[in-house]
Amino acid sequence: MNITLQVWRQAKPSSPGGFKTYLVEDVSPDMSFLEMLDVLNERLVLQGEEPITFESDCREGICGACGVMINGLPHGPQLGTATCQLHMRKFSDGDTITVEPWRAAAFPVVKDLMVDRSAFDRIIEAGGYISVNTGSPPDANEIPVPKPVADTAFDAAACIGCGACVAACPNGAANLFTAAKVAHLNLLPQGQPERWDRVVAMVDTMEEFFGSCTNHGECEKACPKSISIDFIALLNHDYVKAKFKNRRLVAQQG
Amino acid sequence: MPIELDPKVPAGPLEDKWDEHKFSIRLVNPANKRKYRIIVVGTGLAGASAAASFGELGYNVDVFTYHDSPRRAHSIAAQGGINAAKNYQNDGDSVFRLFYDTIKGGDYRSREANVYRLAQVSLNIIDQAVAQGVPFAREYGGLLDNRSFGGAQVSRTFYARGQTGQQLLLGAYQALMRQVHAGTVTLHTRKEMLDLVTKDGRAVGIIVRDLTTGEITSHSAHAVVLATGGYANVYYLSTNAMNCNATAIWRAHKKGAAFANPCFTQIHPTCIPQSDEFQSKLTLMSESLRNDGRIWVPKNPGDDRPPNEIPEDERDYYLERMYPAFGNLVPRDVASRAAKRMVDSGHGVGPRHNGVYLDFADAIARLGKHVIEERYGNLFEMYERITDENPYEVPMRIYPAPHYTMGGLWVDYNLMTTIPGLFAIGEANFSDHGANRLGASALMQGLADGYFVLPYTIGDYLADYLNTDPVPTDDPAFTEARNAVEDQIARFLQSRGTRTVDHYHRELGRILWDYCGMSRSAEGLQKALSEIPALYEEFKTDVRVLGENETVNQSLEKAGRVDDFFQLGLLMCIDALQREESCGAHFREEYQTPEGEALRRDDEFSYVSAWEWTGAEPVLHREPLTFEFVTPTTRSYK
Repeated sequence: MNITLQVWRQAKPSSPGGFKTYLVEDVSPDMSFLEMLDVLNERLVLQGEEPITFESDCREGICGACGVMINGLPHGPQLGTATCQLHMRKFSDGDTITVEPWRAAAFPVVKDLMVDRSAFDRIIEAGGYISVNTGSPPDANEIPVPKPVADTAFDAAACIGCGACVAACPNGAANLFTAAKVAHLNLLPQGQPERWDRVVAMVDTMEEFFGSCTNHGECEKACPKSISIDFIALLNHDYVKAKFKNRRLVAQQG
Repeated sequence: MPIELDPKVPAGPLEDKWDEHKFSIRLVNPANKRKYRIIVVGTGLAGASAAASFGELGYNVDVFTYHDSPRRAHSIAAQGGINAAKNYQNDGDSVFRLFYDTIKGGDYRSREANVYRLAQVSLNIIDQAVAQGVPFAREYGGLLDNRSFGGAQVSRTFYARGQTGQQLLLGAYQALMRQVHAGTVTLHTRKEMLDLVTKDGRAVGIIVRDLTTGEITSHSAHAVVLATGGYANVYYLSTNAMNCNATAIWRAHKKGAAFANPCFTQIHPTCIPQSDEFQSKLTLMSESLRNDGRIWVPKNPGDDRPPNEIPEDERDYYLERMYPAFGNLVPRDVASRAAKRMVDSGHGVGPRHNGVYLDFADAIARLGKHVIEERYGNLFEMYERITDENPYEVPMRIYPAPHYTMGGLWVDYNLMTTIPGLFAIGEANFSDHGANRLGASALMQGLADGYFVLPYTIGDYLADYLNTDPVPTDDPAFTEARNAVEDQIARFLQSRGTRTVDHYHRELGRILWDYCGMSRSAEGLQKALSEIPALYEEFKTDVRVLGENETVNQSLEKAGRVDDFFQLGLLMCIDALQREESCGAHFREEYQTPEGEALRRDDEFSYVSAWEWTGAEPVLHREPLTFEFVTPTTRSYK
């Protein structure tokens, strides 16, 4: 296959960027999208041009490091698939593909296709954990968790923190990311003591960096782990409820 | 300073050693902990859990990662599970059995006391993870579920679908971020450690490069902990993440930390075979698949019929045939070598004849598709995405690939290297897996070291330095290390050679895979020992690194890592040549039983090889392994 790429090149955060066109010849359909970029980069180096900077690490769709806009879609056309797991067989000979960094005000460009997603860490830091010191827990089987609860918590916990949800959102909102962590912890019995404080702290921190959710649903479609937008409903539910909760009585109220 | 190997293994009965040791070593009282500064490099399971635990205890911690977030560390990619001797399944498991399986699985090349401690604290790890909210698989009654893994005859593996590493890492990452919030841990992202700083023979700090600005900074502390993972990427094609590298441990080695058993590298049996020349990495398919999948090849070499058209009696379920007791659940090294023998003898399958089948047809018929989907759904999806084949209908094709390294920095019972004040935890050290690691034991070891071992043992070292300040970063020791780092960067940027960094990495990987991979021979290793230095010389003068230091420069980052891989690759071959026996993953063709199994030579090689860097020929130090509680036998999985 022969593919024409239009790639966003930007030398550093403060310098203006622009698209550059590259023709990549002899692309095998069994290559992954990032392997195709690897091949292009090797050729660029040999031609004396700086290779395209992009992030990737595990290349198994689990670390969340990779992610670019491919023809305007975060992670490209294949549903439930991170960029590193997208293969060239999803494209056709002669295609022109536009490759850009995540589009979001909260994720400034570092170089070329690499962006800064540290705002996600700030949200987790605000309360995305259960406060349990090393060494203090009870035996694991003393906390039974009904299977449907464990399964749903897992569905939320599957988030890889790639930022596709933000890049897809017309408002640049991070509600799906935040909701996934809030739901993971707030659904579990272990997460109950801090449930109400957690949701308020995480949502308030989220709003310092990101836009507001207006229920477009683009995030769910872009998510490489197909995390359901239902978790945003749970986030909103818990946030509103938290504002009315008398924390001293939560043990009675459940 | 000459290297002396003192493993500091406590005396006494096996089951009391750890408790006795915890009592006899010195502690730092809570009010004094805040007077200490500890550097942790790496934020995988070991690094994140150690940094979080130090923070909880009150130490001041600086944690460094080259990623944009601690959550990206490669522990995240572990699929199958984590072992613990909980005996929740009532199938006869115990701490001693987990200890025994691990020692035996490692082919009697690990330290008894360390492995027993690992089995003991395995119980605490599961409790800790559950309390953090790690969503392990559960039964309908709400209690935890288990599955089996290779090398064991009990079900002791806890799992979270095929994403156990992800969920455990997120648990440790969240614990770490809680400490960042509390102000006990300072997080330094996109910072790569490029040298260890020593003064008067002690580790006193590190030199790091900011990967976005190129700025080189010095950081000092009372102790330095390396949790920087393994070096399987030395082979170029491996299941490790693209950025995994040996730079931190290798540069520490060059500053005096002995490197133990570098040739003990694990080749994982179930990976997706290479599909083309451009491939950048290989993808693992969890070993847990061997619970329900049956491995086979066509009996007739070169049988190119589609697998579904090959009748039952023309298939060779070779693991079940050769190892009836363990069948498809033999340890990784045994399964890998068997697959290699099948492919080498012409029975390989797939378009490149470079794989064997892993077939789920029987399991699907027995349990139903929905059960298989629940157990392995995400793995099947991943397989289909990569190969475009549906494993519910067509058997998977798998082949071994470099995956994990048992070797690493030599550490004593306290996890301290031969440099006082420098500790190594997780895959970065050599401690617990001997010559072969059992499945679901890497997560266990990383978290054991980080949560439950180092937080106690580090106090014994720190106690000597109460009310002393860390060495200031304008000390000549720091300046010298900084200058060396800056010189190397300048050299790479000036040498506008003709070939890419990846070209050299690929070539190095090919040599190591051919001569120091799944099987090794004196002849092959000699060849590698002459080819690697020649290629290394070429690399030094002919590599092309474009761009500048002051912005993100991924070729520059990689050039330094590949430079270290060359030196490490050489040491791997020297070690493999010196160890004239076969044990675990180290298979020397000259030393095998008539059936082709590994032939250990306990009388001559029952020791840990710890290599000292000299700048010229490395010097071998031996730590003898004594077995008081188990008797080394020839491993039999028949």
